[in-house]
Amino acid sequence: MALPRPLEALVIGASAGGVSALQTVLGSLPGSFQPPVFVVLHVPKDRPSGIPELLGGYCALPVLEADDKQPIRPGHVYFAPPDYHLLVESRDAVALSMDEPVLFSRPSIDVLFESAAAVYDRGLLAILLTGASSDGSEGVAAVRAAGGKAWIQCPVEAASPTMPNAALAHAGADAVLRLGEMCERLKGSTA
Amino acid sequence: MTDDATELFDIELKLLLDAVYMRYHYDFRGYAMSSLRRRMRHAMGRFDCERMSDLQHRILHEPAFFADAMQYFTVQVSEMFRDPAYFLALREQVLPVLRTYPSIKVWVAGCSSGEEVWSLAILLAEEELLERSVIYATDINPEALAKAEHGTFAADRLPLFSRNYLAAGGRGSLSDYYTSAYGNAMFDRRLKKQMVFADHSLATDSVFSEVHLVSCRNVLIYFNRELQDRAVGLFRDSLVRKGFLGLGGKESLQFGAHADAFEPFVANQRIYRKVAP
Repeated sequence: MALPRPLEALVIGASAGGVSALQTVLGSLPGSFQPPVFVVLHVPKDRPSGIPELLGGYCALPVLEADDKQPIRPGHVYFAPPDYHLLVESRDAVALSMDEPVLFSRPSIDVLFESAAAVYDRGLLAILLTGASSDGSEGVAAVRAAGGKAWIQCPVEAASPTMPNAALAHAGADAVLRLGEMCERLKGSTA
Repeated sequence: MTDDATELFDIELKLLLDAVYMRYHYDFRGYAMSSLRRRMRHAMGRFDCERMSDLQHRILHEPAFFADAMQYFTVQVSEMFRDPAYFLALREQVLPVLRTYPSIKVWVAGCSSGEEVWSLAILLAEEELLERSVIYATDINPEALAKAEHGTFAADRLPLFSRNYLAAGGRGSLSDYYTSAYGNAMFDRRLKKQMVFADHSLATDSVFSEVHLVSCRNVLIYFNRELQDRAVGLFRDSLVRKGFLGLGGKESLQFGAHADAFEPFVANQRIYRKVAP
């Protein structure tokens, strides 16, 4: 299954085409899903994204836009706010930062994935979805190097294959999956 | 990187922070580790240090090098009237209350290169309050403070600043307040008369004045919870009864130790008011 045992946390990165893919993936998580979920979706800065509210409608878990030092609770989905990096500070709290954009992106998938890898190491599952950027490649490498697992959306299926392809070339993956397969495995992860 | 590698990196990073504190009395030990890790990795890359101990060696032995490396410990991103809705809320909801005081003291904590200090001075001037106000602008970074005091910003940033100014309810044009020369915009010296710039650390220094408004935005995000509690404690202690505290758009008091000392005043702009004891 290429799933960490036990699965302690899930990080997801998405860019162009990501809203629809996230809708599918988050929608598949059962209400009993225990690990916290952290999401970076590239969005334009300077305006409220409305994405957490939108996707919350499709997800059985509480979905929120993270505040700085917000406590991490099981089975909650934390989105990076527009124009801030989202980081996992510890098992207890997230952190935000306004450090330089990475590959023109803030929030950056690399920043989230690397910070989560340092905290959850083997217990972390990273999912990289569609996108027209190479953000996420370093992050996937960091997650795998720390002993966590990485699933990458099958580039053929992805609305924009650049990001999955870049990560596969740079860091490889523990599984290359279609969204449907990811959802099946995630549902099974709580069993 | 394996588990071990992360653990060793953290140990070396903590040693570096101890070393910096002992050598230079800059205290970064309460900074949030998640972003420090990344910034120190950058610093190592930038300065060609293969190991953290190489970076530590140069920082300890070369004070001039530490001054350069300092930019990797602190983050300086700011713009004038950043988040215009915050400044609009100050103008429309906070200043009418501050107007009732005979004199007004404002503290911009962690003022970095000063964009917010000059913005507040313009705001106070337009509300005809600047003459009886003092703005304390503090930071730990001497280079940033010097820039803040200078009040000169690159001309290519001015279109953004001007848009922000108008969205924040500006009564004229931002260009009323600066003169352009050599690709820079130098702000009106008259705005500066009421500003006091000082080296002050939220990690190690204490309260220095009683103030009516503290503006500290996107500074606390770099601190861990303990250091945040210390800083917010300083704000509480320096604020007058029912004084105001403005934070960054994604910063909140509700997870900290002093949540009960404040109540939301303009909740969606993260402007709080100290509750009467």
